[in-house]
Amino acid sequence: MHRVLTVGTFLLLILAGAGSVGAAEDVQTFSSDEKRQRFHELVAELRCPKCQNQTLADSNSPIAQDLRGEIYRMLEDGKTDSEIVDFLVDRYGEFVMYRPPVKNTTLILWLTPLLLVVIGIGILWRVNRRQSMAAQPVNTRPDGGSATASSSEALSAKEQAQLQSLLGESEQSESDDHKSSGGVER
Amino acid sequence: MVFVVLAIFLLNGLERDPNAMPSALIDRPVPVFSLPVLGDETRSVTEALFQGEPALLNVWATWCVACRIEHPFLNKLADQGIRIIGLNYKDDNEAAIKWLMDKGDPYALSVIDARGRMGLNLGVFGAPETYVVDRTGTIRYKHIGVVDERVWRDKLLPVWQEIQ
Repeated sequence: MHRVLTVGTFLLLILAGAGSVGAAEDVQTFSSDEKRQRFHELVAELRCPKCQNQTLADSNSPIAQDLRGEIYRMLEDGKTDSEIVDFLVDRYGEFVMYRPPVKNTTLILWLTPLLLVVIGIGILWRVNRRQSMAAQPVNTRPDGGSATASSSEALSAKEQAQLQSLLGESEQSESDDHKSSGGVER
Repeated sequence: MVFVVLAIFLLNGLERDPNAMPSALIDRPVPVFSLPVLGDETRSVTEALFQGEPALLNVWATWCVACRIEHPFLNKLADQGIRIIGLNYKDDNEAAIKWLMDKGDPYALSVIDARGRMGLNLGVFGAPETYVVDRTGTIRYKHIGVVDERVWRDKLLPVWQEIQ
């Protein structure tokens, strides 16, 4: 079963790959491999203005075909990548870039993920703290100073010593308990 | 609290047209071009067409289904004396001429953009699209999709009145 699934996934991947390659493959012969490489990088990074969830490479809409043709022409004319991107941004707006530049208007795009990570860490930290706070009284015996356990960090040296002796006692009584209760149960 | 914020955000999203894109060419001149005129292909016109008089620039084609819906309203606008320049976008000349004979011709003239290069320079990504161009040849507004009574009244007319 597992094997069938793996083979199936593999076939699907091949099909998906073939599809996206096929879409971008207009009949274009590049004068150099370097230009072909740049062409493929550009069309994968630019958004089709008509079908906005696809890159120029993925889309088969007429406008995407035109734009690919234009990019091809410009590459062969010896234009640089940034000249080509500027050409498209000039006409279709920054929208065509899948990787928007960092600007005041796009700051929210760039900062939101960071902000979410910070918030996430904050929540994790709080949940963690609450759990360890809730867990502490369970670890210590009720007679062993559960009241002070949660604020143990804020204790003075004297109080610490007191706490230690209490804990020592409780451990002793704990082992006593073990003996007695164990005896009863068995 | 989180729910309320999310709900407001998402509701707001429902109201918006996901295809609406800010045009990069607002407040910029109509791109330079030199293209033949539909029905009189030996004559060619340039961006000077837009100098001196405000006009609507309407991108249309016979293959464009929505243009069929839009066409009667353009006729109505033309009857009101509004100057409409057509950009016949990636179309077949004969079919385009026949279309105008059958349905009426709202255009002062239509420019042939057979290969879509002018459309590309305008940032066109489909038809119909309508641009409001002022008397200096500057694009003042762009509407993507069908212009009907409501779009005209709410969006194009205010700009049109402003540039008179």
